[in-house]
Amino acid sequence: MKKPASTRLPAPIATAGTGWGHATRAAVVLMALCGGVYPLLAVSIGGVLFPHQSTGSLIERDGKIAGSHLVGQPFTSPRYFHGRPSAVNYDPFSVSGSNLAPSNPQLRARAQADAEAIVNEYGVTKDAIPVDLVAASGSGIDPHISPDAARLQIRRVAAARAIPEANVAALVEARIEPPVLGILGQARVNVLTLNLALDALP
Amino acid sequence: MNEVLLIYATALLLAWPLGRYMASIYSPAPDFSRRGCGAIENLVYRAIGVRPDVPMNWKQYGKALLKLHVIVAVTAFVIFMQQGRLPLNPDGIEGMSWDLALHTAASFITNTNQQHYSGQAQLSYFSQLIAIVSIQIVTPAAGLAVLAAILRTLFARQDERRMTSSGEISVGNFYADLVRTVTRLFIPLALITSLLLAWQGVPGTYQGAQFAHPIDSSAELSEQRIPAGPVAPMVAIKQLGTNGGGWYGPNSAVPLENPTPISNFIETVAIVLVPMASVFMAGYLTGRRRLALSILGVMLALSAATSGLAIWSENQPNAAFAGLAAEGPNLEGKEVRIGASATALWGAFTTQTSNGSVNGMLDSFNPLGGAATLMDMFVNATFGGVGVGLINYLLLLLLAVFLGSLMVGRSPELYGRALEAKEIKLVSIALLLQPLLILGLTALAVTLPGLAQNSNPGVHGLSQVLYEYASAFANNGSGFEGLGDNTVWWNVSCSVALILGRFIPILAPLAVAAHMAAKRAAPVTIGSLVIETPTFALLTLGVILMLSLLSFFPALVLGPLAEYLSLAG
Repeated sequence: MKKPASTRLPAPIATAGTGWGHATRAAVVLMALCGGVYPLLAVSIGGVLFPHQSTGSLIERDGKIAGSHLVGQPFTSPRYFHGRPSAVNYDPFSVSGSNLAPSNPQLRARAQADAEAIVNEYGVTKDAIPVDLVAASGSGIDPHISPDAARLQIRRVAAARAIPEANVAALVEARIEPPVLGILGQARVNVLTLNLALDALP
Repeated sequence: MNEVLLIYATALLLAWPLGRYMASIYSPAPDFSRRGCGAIENLVYRAIGVRPDVPMNWKQYGKALLKLHVIVAVTAFVIFMQQGRLPLNPDGIEGMSWDLALHTAASFITNTNQQHYSGQAQLSYFSQLIAIVSIQIVTPAAGLAVLAAILRTLFARQDERRMTSSGEISVGNFYADLVRTVTRLFIPLALITSLLLAWQGVPGTYQGAQFAHPIDSSAELSEQRIPAGPVAPMVAIKQLGTNGGGWYGPNSAVPLENPTPISNFIETVAIVLVPMASVFMAGYLTGRRRLALSILGVMLALSAATSGLAIWSENQPNAAFAGLAAEGPNLEGKEVRIGASATALWGAFTTQTSNGSVNGMLDSFNPLGGAATLMDMFVNATFGGVGVGLINYLLLLLLAVFLGSLMVGRSPELYGRALEAKEIKLVSIALLLQPLLILGLTALAVTLPGLAQNSNPGVHGLSQVLYEYASAFANNGSGFEGLGDNTVWWNVSCSVALILGRFIPILAPLAVAAHMAAKRAAPVTIGSLVIETPTFALLTLGVILMLSLLSFFPALVLGPLAEYLSLAG
């Protein structure tokens, strides 16, 4: 078969390299380089430069991990702002959208139930409901809602906590993240960090 | 709208210099990158046991490529089935079933990344890195290598041709092209992108999932496992290498994989960057810059058309919400931080380039947005997959040369070399396989009871099945994900479409290029067909539209167009 490679000189190989042996050795080398060395470099440098981000942008409160900036949580208590509908109840290990087509009657039925609940809770007409509160997110853990969806909930949250509406409204307005440079992405509010800020109010 | 224009402009401005750099990788002349990477590359060549300067004929080149892919695929298959016993498995994930492991290996080795599993729950870190990430670098590198081989052969002038030792036309050395692409292009580019994404919040760690305690106890979720892992390096290469297979099931819709509007901008540009740069590369590598510019023009026109359709469609309200909410764009399956336009643009780019990553659920797109993504995959040459997109375009260009010459009554030729029956047969096989396979398999799946597993009723159910096979053959990998696709039927039938859809459309053109280069070039005269004119570009566009869209028009009418009309009525 093949002679052992000399320790000092590259072994001269007459063939162009079309054998199974070459393929096997190439597979081993490339899988180690691309699957081992490259991610190790990326993770090591990234971990040194961005330690908070590299472990999942975790948020600590009272010595415990309360969540992640990048993972929404389910909220049902009237004391908290609520997020968007989720197909997986905000479980990050089974992340998924609803995958329901616009023509699917199940989608209409789900949206109808959600819209009626909102109408009852806030006393608004259906055409005042921000669309992100009836549309399920793609990931099922969308951490954000639109500013309008947050404003809709101000009165309920303030009443449940027995604090002035203006305080809650000011908190919401201060936490609106505008599009980057005015053009990238959409204006939004992070529901989890907003609720943590609410809990921290005096 | 400004966001869309900014993304197009940034991609084009970066693709130009990158294409010039890529041409230097495949040129014989020494360049600065060789000094930096030469030592590593020599080590790799020595470990493989090849000499990078030995020329190969097209059959040897193809053989080396196929054998490497077989070995890598078999290795990956074994890793997927045995991952429960392998290291780097902090979340205790079990091995895959044989058919799922087969489909996953076939899907990744063909640069498709169609996923019938959810990565965060069904793959160990070892599988994600050693099997998935490595293949995500090697397969686009192989695509670019074959493109370089075809370009340097098909467009070589008489005195530029190189011969093998046995006197046949040389197309280059596969291992030299492959290794250089890995070391000089993909690893540096992916490393930079990975760090940019890490800055924006994409995790990068070897620790297992962290446990969080949700703050609203009345919501009855006592614990939340936050799945992390070495996500950033994978996301970088899945975007850059038209791979598409992400760490998490819903891909870049997941905020951990695509945390901010800035990361979304970076990832969207990364989808089209290398495919666009390949067109510039072709101009520099072959010296035929006017041809490259006209190709770029046709591709941009096709891209603008379907991107525009998708963006318009997704900014329309979702019909299911009519009367239930304020009028607004279709946000079902989309994320608030990204919004409808940027999700639609991503959907268009990801199908134009056979990338297949998503930042929102295509299954919940409005019908015409879904139709736009399907049309992109039928064309599959609007920039296209890394390397293979331009190869597909060259096939269509050869067909346009053939038809154009016949229409004006000349014998078909490309830069003085006759295009004859043998070449046209190869071109036709490569082009006609697509409708035969996609439509044939779709018909089988919807006709035989129990196979389709579509989750949506009515005509959208047909679209789901059609989409899955179109995506497999186009080596795209995205899906109308409601489909229950982890079954033996889906895993095996998609594997067939994946493998045929990858290797026939790259090996047939390689053979055509070698056959053409072996011919004597006749002097170019005033009567020769000039393929660098706007007229010829329009003819090519016409051929693309006729061939790709007319074959599938009936299927489009039965699927998304019928859904659109029924919702509009």
